Amino acid sequence: MKKLIAIVFAIMPVFAFAAGGSNVHLDDMRVDLEDKASLQRGAQVFANYCMGCHSTKFARYNRVAKDLGIPEDLMSENLIFAETKIGNLMEIAMRPEDSKKWFGATPPDLTLVGRVRGADWLYTYLRSFYADASRPYGVNNTVFKDVGMPHVLEGLQGKQVKGTAPVVVGFDPLTGQELTEDQDGVLFLEEAGQLNQKEFDVAVADLTNFLVYMAEPMALERQNMGYWVLLFLVILFIPVYYLNREYWRDIH
Amino acid sequence: MSNDGVNNGRRRFLIATTAVGGGVGAVGVAVPFVKSWAPNEKAKAAGAPAKADISKVEPGAMITVAWRGKPVYIVNRTDESVGFLEGLADSLKDPNNEDKGQQPVYADNVQRSRKPEIAVIEGVCTHLGCAPKFYPEVKPEPFDDNWKGGFFCPCHGSRFDLAGRVFQGSPAAKNLAVPPHSYLDENTLIIGVDEENS
Amino acid sequence: MSKMQDFMAWVDHRLPVTVTFEKHMSKYYAPKNFNFWYFFGVFSMLMLANQILTGVWLTMSYTPTAEGAFASVEYIMRDVELGWLLRYMHSTGASFFFLVVYMHMFRGLMYGSYQKPRELIWIFGMFIYLMLMAEAFMGYVLPWGQMSYWGAQVIISLFGAIPVIGPDLVEWVRGDFLISGITLNRFFALHVIALPLVIVALVILHILALHEVGSNNPDGVDIKKYKDENGAPLDGVPFHPYYTVHDLVGIVVFLFVFCFVLFFFPEGGGYFLEKPNFEEANPLKTPEHIVPVWYVGAYYTILRAITFDIGPINSQLGGVIAMGAAIAILFVLPWLDRSPVKSWRYKGLISRINLVVFAIFFALLTWLGTKPASGLYQILGQIGTVVYFAWFITLPYISKNEKTKPVPERV
Repeated sequence: MKKLIAIVFAIMPVFAFAAGGSNVHLDDMRVDLEDKASLQRGAQVFANYCMGCHSTKFARYNRVAKDLGIPEDLMSENLIFAETKIGNLMEIAMRPEDSKKWFGATPPDLTLVGRVRGADWLYTYLRSFYADASRPYGVNNTVFKDVGMPHVLEGLQGKQVKGTAPVVVGFDPLTGQELTEDQDGVLFLEEAGQLNQKEFDVAVADLTNFLVYMAEPMALERQNMGYWVLLFLVILFIPVYYLNREYWRDIH
Repeated sequence: MSNDGVNNGRRRFLIATTAVGGGVGAVGVAVPFVKSWAPNEKAKAAGAPAKADISKVEPGAMITVAWRGKPVYIVNRTDESVGFLEGLADSLKDPNNEDKGQQPVYADNVQRSRKPEIAVIEGVCTHLGCAPKFYPEVKPEPFDDNWKGGFFCPCHGSRFDLAGRVFQGSPAAKNLAVPPHSYLDENTLIIGVDEENS
Repeated sequence: MSKMQDFMAWVDHRLPVTVTFEKHMSKYYAPKNFNFWYFFGVFSMLMLANQILTGVWLTMSYTPTAEGAFASVEYIMRDVELGWLLRYMHSTGASFFFLVVYMHMFRGLMYGSYQKPRELIWIFGMFIYLMLMAEAFMGYVLPWGQMSYWGAQVIISLFGAIPVIGPDLVEWVRGDFLISGITLNRFFALHVIALPLVIVALVILHILALHEVGSNNPDGVDIKKYKDENGAPLDGVPFHPYYTVHDLVGIVVFLFVFCFVLFFFPEGGGYFLEKPNFEEANPLKTPEHIVPVWYVGAYYTILRAITFDIGPINSQLGGVIAMGAAIAILFVLPWLDRSPVKSWRYKGLISRINLVVFAIFFALLTWLGTKPASGLYQILGQIGTVVYFAWFITLPYISKNEKTKPVPERV
């Protein structure tokens, strides 16, 4: 069963590309909706770094708490700010008119961003900010050119710049050592952040995982139900098949 | 085409199994259609507990708050009104709260309330769902010459006392429901929650 | 007589239940040589029922306003219990409906099911197809996503190509200066009431006309020529029980495929539910590629294929005319095919090759409709358009002149 899910998600990006992709190379992101710990960490990152500006206004706090296995009181304490009831939609206090004035554009609602952009895009995008003094927030993004959003995870990631740096291009067949080559347009860290690169990748993967969950919270339920329905149809096929054969013996 | 050698037993068995299988399938298909009508998270969120500040409700006055979309009457009964409740038993259908579904256990008393003077009653007539009107004054009313204060339903003329108990001779059969409620503090009622501080 | 028989007799005196059942089921003789392709009619009926049922239920939770539509779809997907299942049944169902209808139509082309005396069946079928496309288009607007909005914008603007009245007509259809909640509201009404009624009525006519002349078969043999002493065709079998049990097998297999996609790939890889449609409609921002849903892709490609002016007709009007003609020409097919035989099994080699080429190019045009119209895609689309029309135009000559094989007397 797990295997099939894995296959399902392995095929998805292929289709995604077929339905219109961009030219930017996207890193592979393995979504695992059964990894509750990852989803919980992702929810925490989302609440701390994203929900200041972005709502997920089609989802409800209590549904997220239930699906992610977070006790409701813990959810209320850690993930819900201000005087909001747990059964409410995950809206934000910032009014669209204000944010438009402040940022030039209203930060979009992120409930469905996992379905609009896909996991690979989100995972790559969130790790592809780099310093660019010409932009209002001092950062640009290789995946989303001239993005109007500051790099909110900079504290975690550190200061990333785009320039010339050594890149692993292969392995020495004799020694097994990495072969590197200086390339242009490469992103690398100039200043370290709170997390090292591996930890940061995991944090972004968790966040992406959470956003994919958020976009289709019933995905696991859907698949689980699917197995039962298909099993039922296979069983139903048996009497139906023999019934048909029984009647058509009259004819042949 | 001929009917020679038709194995009727086998045929009947296969028809029966297919019918059972198809029936199970039909029930399965019906599930989403049936379930989708149940009150969902949106309804539950709208039906969340409602708070009410009762500090400004004068004796004899009533305020109405909405809980689960229903009107809930909160009446500050005068001592006189509370005194009447005991003596009305003979003219009521269910003076002793025999129908346990109509009030929580803590309201299973003559006043049908936590505090003797404060009545919390759902304003939904148990006859056909209209909202009964509040007639608090002790004076002859067109519908009752001996009126001691209470509720009168304009739709079909059901009469209730100030504890929401139904009078004999009304089309309604049950007392008005008392919703789960509790006091957060002296002056704050929360409707929809049984326990205090939860 | 048993109680049940008494009751049926009572009813039959007042309503022709038994007679109708016999006419259309237990004494409707269908050729006994139906093959795989004859399942798709019943599958289409199944999908129609699915669309109507799930559609009625979706209507219960949907809000047809520009402000509320998108949120109400997510409300169905998240808050309404199993609402996501009803929604996916409807959205995946739409694509499967078209899939089986296309197979059903291709069956008609292969076995000449449109030929005399079945012209009316074909014409009713084409009206169903036309109405289905309108129904699907309006249905796709309802979720009020980016693709809903801009797809509607593009399709309605087609009318603007009509000389003189075009621009006014477009405003009249929209009821506004741009697509808006007003447009959404009228599309909602048409989608949930008007067009379904028309489609159901057409389906009834389609079947009544079929049962009047009887079903065709893969050999194109007329089974009514040879009858037994009771007047039943020797090569026919009563539809019930023989084809009811037969269709049941097909239905279970079909449902397996349908449910597999429904539960594991409800977006159909971005073809059934397009990614930009998960973003709420924004009249100020067009998505990068506006592509229709796959099932109308062929006509969309033909529309875009006319990039040049033809005499006084500019390219925009030319595209609209080409698209209209591509649909209209289907209606006259029974009079374009002049072959003495029905089934392609007995037609000449050229006819058979042509039909396969036509089908491949139709699939190609469909696929191109979901691609951006540039470079190679553009050229392929133009070639495909030529092939599409060439098949219809050459059909009368080829079918009339080519050598056919003798059709057997019996199945």
